[in-house]
Amino acid sequence: MQFSENWLRSLVNTDLDSQALSHALTMAGLEVEDMQPVATTFTKVVVAKILSVEKHPDADRLQVCKVDVGQTQALQIVCGAANARAGLIAPCAMVGAYLPSSDGSPGISIKQAKVRGVESFGMMCSSDELGLTAAATGLLELESDAVIGQDIREYLDLNDHVLTLKLTPNRSDCLSLIGIARDVAAITGAATNFEKITSIPSAIQQEKKVLVTVQASCPRYCGRLLTGVNAKSATPAWMVRRLERSGIRSISAIVDITNYILLALGQPMHAFDAAKLNGDVNVRFANDKESLELLNDQSIELKTDDLVIADAQGAIALAGIMGGKLTSVTDDTTDIFLESAFFTPAVIAGKARRLGLSTDSSYRFERGVDFGNTRHAIEYATALIQQICGGVVGTVTEVIGTLPLRKPVKLRLQRLVAVLGISFEHDEVAKLLTQLGFNFVSVDNVFTVIPPSYRFDIEIEEDLIEEIARLHGYDHIPATPPVATLSMLPTSEAKIPQHKLRETLVAAGYQEIVTYSFVDESWERDLLGNANPIKLKNPIASNLSVMRTGLWGGLLDTLTYNLNRKQERAFLFEIGAVYQQLNNTFVENTRISGLAYGSAKPEQWAADSADIDFFDVKTHVEALVGTTIAYEKAEHPALHPGQSARVLLDGKQIGWLGKLHPKWQQHYSLTKSTFLFELDESAILNKSVPVYQDVSKLLPIRRDMAIVLDENIAIDTVLSTIKKANIPLILEVGLFDFYQGKGIAENKKSLALSVLMHDTQKTLVDIDADKAMANLLQLLQNEFDAVLRN
Amino acid sequence: MADLQHLIAEAQVAFANSTSMNDLEIAKAKYLGKSGSLTDALKGLGKLSNEERPAAGAAINVVKQAVEAALTARREAILNAEQIKQLAQESIDVTLPARAQSQGGLHPVTMTLKRIEELFHSIGFEVATGPEIETDFYNFTALNIPEDHPARAMHDTFYIDEATVLRTHTSPVQIRYMENALKTNKIPPLKIIAPGRVYRVDSDATHSPMFHQVEGLWVDEDISFANLKGVVQDFLQKFFERDDLTVRFRPSFFPFTEPSAEMDMSWNGGWLEIGGCGMVHPEVFKHVNLDSEKYRGFAFGLGVERLTMLRYGVNDLRHFFNNDLRFLNQFK
Repeated sequence: MQFSENWLRSLVNTDLDSQALSHALTMAGLEVEDMQPVATTFTKVVVAKILSVEKHPDADRLQVCKVDVGQTQALQIVCGAANARAGLIAPCAMVGAYLPSSDGSPGISIKQAKVRGVESFGMMCSSDELGLTAAATGLLELESDAVIGQDIREYLDLNDHVLTLKLTPNRSDCLSLIGIARDVAAITGAATNFEKITSIPSAIQQEKKVLVTVQASCPRYCGRLLTGVNAKSATPAWMVRRLERSGIRSISAIVDITNYILLALGQPMHAFDAAKLNGDVNVRFANDKESLELLNDQSIELKTDDLVIADAQGAIALAGIMGGKLTSVTDDTTDIFLESAFFTPAVIAGKARRLGLSTDSSYRFERGVDFGNTRHAIEYATALIQQICGGVVGTVTEVIGTLPLRKPVKLRLQRLVAVLGISFEHDEVAKLLTQLGFNFVSVDNVFTVIPPSYRFDIEIEEDLIEEIARLHGYDHIPATPPVATLSMLPTSEAKIPQHKLRETLVAAGYQEIVTYSFVDESWERDLLGNANPIKLKNPIASNLSVMRTGLWGGLLDTLTYNLNRKQERAFLFEIGAVYQQLNNTFVENTRISGLAYGSAKPEQWAADSADIDFFDVKTHVEALVGTTIAYEKAEHPALHPGQSARVLLDGKQIGWLGKLHPKWQQHYSLTKSTFLFELDESAILNKSVPVYQDVSKLLPIRRDMAIVLDENIAIDTVLSTIKKANIPLILEVGLFDFYQGKGIAENKKSLALSVLMHDTQKTLVDIDADKAMANLLQLLQNEFDAVLRN
Repeated sequence: MADLQHLIAEAQVAFANSTSMNDLEIAKAKYLGKSGSLTDALKGLGKLSNEERPAAGAAINVVKQAVEAALTARREAILNAEQIKQLAQESIDVTLPARAQSQGGLHPVTMTLKRIEELFHSIGFEVATGPEIETDFYNFTALNIPEDHPARAMHDTFYIDEATVLRTHTSPVQIRYMENALKTNKIPPLKIIAPGRVYRVDSDATHSPMFHQVEGLWVDEDISFANLKGVVQDFLQKFFERDDLTVRFRPSFFPFTEPSAEMDMSWNGGWLEIGGCGMVHPEVFKHVNLDSEKYRGFAFGLGVERLTMLRYGVNDLRHFFNNDLRFLNQFK
């Protein structure tokens, strides 16, 4: 909502200066988003009339003018404007005037000067030189009724600001000057100064019959015929100014007047060309497939829940949103049918948006228009039309149904105090309610308030509490720490907090990143093999159109972004949700995912620069999950088929680990191998609380064994087979070396195992240890055809 | 026996002239070895009479002890010198850089979230979470934003289908948490914060289509608007570690709170908007079957990127999602 400060001040007498007024509005919930002076702070510019014009003797483009500035003697002024001519009334900056620039460049000081040898005593001005517009051609031409010699600031009402309010949807009452003035009065206690609107008696007994078929949606409709109006009349300068300062361009007198009423009272109005109406006016829902050409030349097909104004031939306006083209007022219009109505918010809400329209009218109706003002608005408009365009006034046709109920709302003083946390006296509350103009009675510290017709946001006690808080001033509410019962929060030792996982990866050298949850569809399809990701109906860009089911796309994208910025290695991780549609439900899971690229360690004197490999990343995965997980060779569209594994925990898949497939490496122009992992967060957040077991007084002994077996047997299989066999005395078997090559037959590999043995009953003797080792060898021979390496 | 005394001085010179342990052993043999002078002298005692023998023996022993003392002293001196030499050889340049490790780090938004969680945890707030793909009901309707309410236009919403959106705020977690709490017979006081990703169809220098919010909720029998201001102010002072920060509330409108306020924070002589808040609207309590006569509550929403920018002086929102390592590496 944008408006002229002076217009507001004409409606409410406040002593506050512009800054203070703006602050008061903001602190009362009517946020002033912007406040701009309408002109720069120039001085000594007056209304002047050019009496005569002569060509400059030495310059083709200059003219020498004799100018009347309201003094006894005319001034001689050299002027370069093309529109300078005898009889023109325009602003003149007198000697001594200063014209600041609006863009920060130095302004102009007007001095007596010789222009190409001719004396000049001032400067004729254009609108941009006065900071009124950004650019202009020629002198600002003023009306013929301007008083010569009058200060232009006074004449054009330039000591004014344009205020822009950022209104919240609940305050539809402030979408008008009268509403804002009422709130200023409520905030400051100042008196309002509203124009008295009197009803204009009809000069002739002519009226249009109005039928309201759907009274529930249009509880009040006022219409009036005016005949013999001059639609070509000029809109008075003061009205044009007020409209323009509200951001509304002047179009024609009739349209300007309806717009003026919209701004002044918040009542959207419409004027039809009465000569183009056929028969009676009807307010009804549109018929199926009925069509209407709107004022903005848009032709629409109506739906049966669209409310329309219709005549005998069909829809002539989309009620409360926009008028129709065919019945609109033109310069040739002489008879008009004026409409002022109250359409309920429910019937207008959403309709304009459905058509891709937002009009000043629909904006107000969907938030709530003062139904107590419908008649006043038509009277006020009539008065202005008569004054500006003349004409003969007909009678008002008014159809009233059941207006919205303004149910009494109770406000308990005790509740007010409890909710706000500050004390209030009965009389303070009564005073504030009075300032708001609310009707109320109070009994035993309970106020019963009847909300006014313009307040659609006062329905429950909290609405009144907010009003009282707002007028009291949120600033005057103290910051009071709560007093509450203390109890400790449950903390499960068997749950690993998410931050711990983050810290583990950070300790391993990974940098956390945050990428968008919506990704390029091709990442899903090609990288993750997902043909049916969840699609957004209105993505912000085509490459951010589907919800991710994995985090590798974002990691790879971030890798290339950084490699393009001269980074040579990157360890990245992200923790975030992935999204899936299963049957008809949306499922979200949190994943923890990492990428490693480049040398395993930063370049340095103290270590060689080996590139990261599968087993480095395995270390990082086990730092997160522990060593109880298993790996199973498996293929994934993003990974190298020979270097990728499913990660299993208790036999269930919890993620993937592997090297980026060479084709993707090429696709992303990566010179080195990239390793990726991704784990289900929920699977790795559990751990067991430690349970103490006896520490044996007997010491374990270690024996080593080297075996040779087929190279295709996975080491994990060997170790888990040994574990499962549970050979007596053998506590733990570990792999401490692995060898293939010279000395070992082709297709074979050698494993060196450390065997830890332990007897819980007595000191272990060699004979028993030898037996256990023999059992182990036997097992390996049976299961894997292994032989002792010699 | 007088000539034995000179052996002490002689041995001392011989020992002093030995510069290595090896030399010293050779010199030692000359006096204390099997055929050394002192050993010979001791052997000669047998030739003496019983009367002479004790005195002569004692005299030899005195000399022997003196020679042995000289030997020990010299031995230590040589060992010492050798050790000093070895230590000198083992000397390194202690200013060589440490063996380098990769330096990981948290995303600055995570750092802020962690800090927010810790601060609120310290006064008993639990962390609650909810889905990012949210139903229209939880994102709007249950928060007192019915269909076609003009407030819906304040949210530029991403839609998945007619009834499903990407949540535009973390407020739906309030509803889900309260519903669940009551289902499991947990009664107020309820104190949660709900951090997470939220989405709006908006992308320019100061808006990201995805960003982070933290929702806070405190429901209790006796909680007030003044308490809300108290908690928010306490949080901001602790978060920024500045006791002079104050909070200003400005009246505003959110359908799910009333009274509602925009929260401004004093900053460098001006005011900065940092989020919205208010007392939980009775309609919201009605949706979760909580008696609004018995209980009241406050809720607030904080912009995490905003807080992060202020905390660390970041001047461009886009840094957070570009993931440039030169930016991220600054947050160790």
